[in-house]
Amino acid sequence: MMSELPYNPTELLICIAARQMPDGVTAFIGTGIPMLAASLAQRMHAPNLVPVFEFGGTGAQLKKLPRAVGESRTFYRGVCASGICDIMETAARGFVDYGFLGGAQIDPYGNLNSTVIGPQHHPPKVRLPGSGGANDVGSFCWKTIIIMRQDTRRFVPRVDFVTTAGYLSGPGAREEAGLPPGTGPYRVVTNLALLGFDEETKWMKLLATNPGVTVDDVIANTGFELIIPAEVGQNEPPSAEELRLLREEIDPERFYI
Amino acid sequence: MRVIESGVGELIQPPDLDGFREWNRQKSRALVDKLMTEQEAVSRFVYDGCYLGTELYGTVRCPMSLVHEIIRQGKKDLRLAGQGVTELDMLLAAGLVKTLDITYIGLEVYGTSRGLRKAVESGQVEKVVEWSNGGITWRFKAASMGVPFIPVRAMLGTDTFKYSAAKVVECPFTGIKVCLIPALILDVGLIHVHRADRYGNAQIEGISGFAFEMSRACKRLIISAEEIVDTEEIRRYPDRTIIPYYLVDAVVHAPFGSHPGEMVYLYERDEEQLREWYECSQTDEGIQAYLNKYVYSVPDHNAYLDVVGRERLAALKAAAEGR
Repeated sequence: MMSELPYNPTELLICIAARQMPDGVTAFIGTGIPMLAASLAQRMHAPNLVPVFEFGGTGAQLKKLPRAVGESRTFYRGVCASGICDIMETAARGFVDYGFLGGAQIDPYGNLNSTVIGPQHHPPKVRLPGSGGANDVGSFCWKTIIIMRQDTRRFVPRVDFVTTAGYLSGPGAREEAGLPPGTGPYRVVTNLALLGFDEETKWMKLLATNPGVTVDDVIANTGFELIIPAEVGQNEPPSAEELRLLREEIDPERFYI
Repeated sequence: MRVIESGVGELIQPPDLDGFREWNRQKSRALVDKLMTEQEAVSRFVYDGCYLGTELYGTVRCPMSLVHEIIRQGKKDLRLAGQGVTELDMLLAAGLVKTLDITYIGLEVYGTSRGLRKAVESGQVEKVVEWSNGGITWRFKAASMGVPFIPVRAMLGTDTFKYSAAKVVECPFTGIKVCLIPALILDVGLIHVHRADRYGNAQIEGISGFAFEMSRACKRLIISAEEIVDTEEIRRYPDRTIIPYYLVDAVVHAPFGSHPGEMVYLYERDEEQLREWYECSQTDEGIQAYLNKYVYSVPDHNAYLDVVGRERLAALKAAAEGR
């Protein structure tokens, strides 16, 4: 289905993620798709987006695509090159608006696993990289946006390991655990859809489907019951300008796309 | 202060703060020449079973010439506290790691680390204690402050906390729950910098990662530097010094010391060789072949640079991003 479209699934993910980034906000950017999305957002609608990279880069102009969260492009023409304590503590003080995260598994409350697959922590069935900055980002940023591929192996009723806090066991659980109030997962951007979280129950909810994807496709690729509202939106496909920027300016070497 | 919850992970080396003060009391304040080779620095200060940490992350400012030498000398049963990535991946693949305070070990764009998977899933790494990046850095910060822990608001509510050695308590001032992150004092730290003098005064350009915190949380600190400068240069720009000499035990002159990783403003990362390592690291035979080619069969870092090729290095230098 996707191969006949004039864009690939990664390009679509990047475009939809970029559209979630408003102008003039601070956003914690991790490796991969968030970097491309931030770079696209800066060129499209958010010239004053302030990217924040965990090892110390603040306010970079993302002319060239960073390939690592500590490399020089993460503070190229930035406003500050500090260190990890400064960045994490800035987020802890409430200065970082958005955070972008990925993971191997997600549950209905937006809890994320990037540590181990299987019931046992050690030795595990499959060892994944670990938290990195994800746990800090998910603890401190006002709104977390998760970018993942969607299928029933990844969208599961319970994650094997809660690496990064979503809404934990439901409404009030973050605050009960001691996390700063008013924070938590905001959106989930997938190859199939844009999802959010119900205000009351904090349970994952379908907001809009991607081009060519039906509500039933989304349901079939989710390992738990989603909230399906009466009105489901439709995401616009990547525009010609978005694709041009991605292919010609942002990732001409096709490192990611 | 009431402990509400304790992580089940082991505190691999409980911080002995008074012992650390005594250690620091006997460390020399004299300006002595600490310039030595990788071979000498590693054989003098790194030992089997030591608690070792490296600084910065991914492919950036990695102390690779020192790590190659650790592998060459076969220092084993290492207890590692990481961020770092490329160098830790190699130590894991070489089978030298016994315990791990882990935050993230993966190869960013290239994907997961087979070295980590194999060493941990097989149980060869006996203990794995989880932390966030902030968490492990604050552990160094606590040690650098000379206090046993720092209260933070990360890791709360998660399995990352549960499998750490942190504790949740009720704050005696505000009543909120906070996560206490225990101080981490390393036996040996490795930090690669842009320039240092022969006494160990060290300067870094660009982001400083957690060099400030980690350098103050080590009993022994080995600095490798792209350039050895005259102390007069340090004295002219003391505001650029992140690590003062008295923290440092060894200074190693290591041009292209981060290769195949990068060094901000100096040289670009070597994509071709990073891919070579990634592909080799997928099999035991590949790892042996890579290590034979770049580590075991070359006597030192200079010879390693010859194997990589001077022209290729010059091209990486030419490709470095400007300001």
